[in-house]
Amino acid sequence: MPAKPTKLTQLAKLCVFSNVDMKSSNRKALFGLTLFLILFPLVAMNVSAIGHYVDIMIFVGIYCLINMGLSLLMGYAGQISLGHAAFFGLGAYTSGILCTKFSMSPWLAMIAGVGLTALVAYIVGVPSLKLKGHYLAMATLGFGVIVQIFFNEEVSLTGGPSGFSDIPGLSILGFSLDNDLSYYILVWSLVLLTLIFSLNVIHSRIGRALRSLHDSQVAADAMGVETSRYKVMIFVLSAVYASIAGSLYTHYVGFLSPSSFDLFLSIKLVMMVVVGGMHNIWGALLGTWLLTFLGNEWLHVFHDFDILVYGAILLAVVMFLPDGLIHLVPRMSRVWKRG
Amino acid sequence: MEAPLGGGPKPGPLGPDSLLWCETFLVMTKITLAGQLVQYLFTGVTVGSIYAMVAVGFNIIYNVTDIINFAQGEFVMLGGLIMVFFTVTAKLPLPLAFVLTVAAVTGVGALMERFTIHPLKNASVLTMIIVTIAVSILFKGIAMFIWGKDPYIFPPFSGSKPLFIYGAAIQTQTLWVLFMTAVMVVLMTIFFKKTRYGKAMLACADNPEAARLVGIRVNTMILISFALSAAIGAVAGAVMTPISLMEYDRGALLALKGFGAAVLGGLGSFYGAVVAGVLLGIIESMCAGLVSSGYKDAVALILLLLVLYVRPSGLFGNVEASKIKEF
Repeated sequence: MPAKPTKLTQLAKLCVFSNVDMKSSNRKALFGLTLFLILFPLVAMNVSAIGHYVDIMIFVGIYCLINMGLSLLMGYAGQISLGHAAFFGLGAYTSGILCTKFSMSPWLAMIAGVGLTALVAYIVGVPSLKLKGHYLAMATLGFGVIVQIFFNEEVSLTGGPSGFSDIPGLSILGFSLDNDLSYYILVWSLVLLTLIFSLNVIHSRIGRALRSLHDSQVAADAMGVETSRYKVMIFVLSAVYASIAGSLYTHYVGFLSPSSFDLFLSIKLVMMVVVGGMHNIWGALLGTWLLTFLGNEWLHVFHDFDILVYGAILLAVVMFLPDGLIHLVPRMSRVWKRG
Repeated sequence: MEAPLGGGPKPGPLGPDSLLWCETFLVMTKITLAGQLVQYLFTGVTVGSIYAMVAVGFNIIYNVTDIINFAQGEFVMLGGLIMVFFTVTAKLPLPLAFVLTVAAVTGVGALMERFTIHPLKNASVLTMIIVTIAVSILFKGIAMFIWGKDPYIFPPFSGSKPLFIYGAAIQTQTLWVLFMTAVMVVLMTIFFKKTRYGKAMLACADNPEAARLVGIRVNTMILISFALSAAIGAVAGAVMTPISLMEYDRGALLALKGFGAAVLGGLGSFYGAVVAGVLLGIIESMCAGLVSSGYKDAVALILLLLVLYVRPSGLFGNVEASKIKEF
């Protein structure tokens, strides 16, 4: 690097993800993200116009949790899932039902949700991941719809289409997380931990095996990579992420209904990952952040027609920017450095 | 606090033929068990014919391009809603409205191919899946923009007076559905087996390079496959709407069940699709009538999963051939 780096270029570089020095750039990006997350509520809570952004950021965090798993599955292992709303819902409903009907401790309920979701993901994953491409997409899509029908029909357990409410909030060591800021800290701490864990997975033996899967399963098989085992493993891991996200969602919103876990959510999750850039976990975070803010805040002018905008955005990104928006970041930072 | 991504509350999980079931239920209360069974059978065959047409639509595109078009259900939805526009809003005579509807949706299918599939040649399967999903969302959004969220209906083709067979009330429109399905399947089979264009399209699926070498314009064939597939979707939408109404978000579940029928019958096989579609419809209808109406949508999907897991080549498909295909 010829010129002495200034603070600004360093900041710009925080977002850079180059293939040459992956580990150190990840560390910088992590540092940048943490800094942003600390500064964000300080700014947002003091500016009344964006005061509610903390609330939106909690949802961004919850969806980031799911989408990091989806990014591992899609971008790194090359497998698609159009049924992740089901795992999100399983976590959410397990937490909600155990806490309200059996007055279990929320944290135990969350662990129970993770256990149940992992089991379901394993049972569905083993036969599903033997399928490829279109068949896998349809199988996961079908699974997602079946789970949603279950939520709708098991009225005595789930409250049926109208759902149920009065789900208690979370607390840690007697300290109740009942305001937005404390919940923001909880959710994003979990996101950061999961992110670090996921980055480690990517740079481990498993991550390399996954990438070999993405490129060519036959070649990976021939090299002795146990492809089916790794695929199921990452599928279950991504379901576990979604389940934790579901539990966090339940305790934050305090209300559950099947329509929050429908087919369109599954598609939206995939959309977030693809728009951000599915070959890169940072892309999943970027896409989630962008589309959640769009859906929750910036598309309110479109009322119900946001679906039209979603379709257009997804189509435009797949057609013209197949690597996703994150792909623009190194390009922009190069321009920035030159100028 | 509003959930940001879940969307508004919806009544039940996207039931594609709720009215049909209600009606069956109302009639059911007055008749004998045999009459009930006949009723379920007819309902099943009718619903199944719609699935069969969706499945044939999947097969046409799959046969030529190896792509599964996730927007297939949206063609049916557009067919129904455009038909409503021509008959109810524009007050055109039925045959003319029907022809115009099919033409319009065919055009939509052709445009979809030109603007989204054609520019993405040699893209990965994952990308193709996501592109067709994006298009389906776009169609859904456009339909909602034009027609809103309400379901629409137009009068049946030949009056609303039902026929009575073995104590079961059969709408004349169901006969139209069966008739149109039969016509479509026969036409498609003749087209693919007997005509030069049809054979050329099959050749593209087999080996696009070789097809190009013998002078077949592969791009044109792909375009035709999308147009044809959209046309058959439009026919399905136009004949089913008087029975089961139509709204903007019907497409996804129709596509899923139609895909179930296509896989059950062996992907690529027209007769397989019809047999499997009708079978699926009957099973679903019997389950809804005799076991639980709430889970009737799940029945078809569980069957889909079982077929995918146990015998992905389908009931009538070739196991050897399915092994070498890239799903």
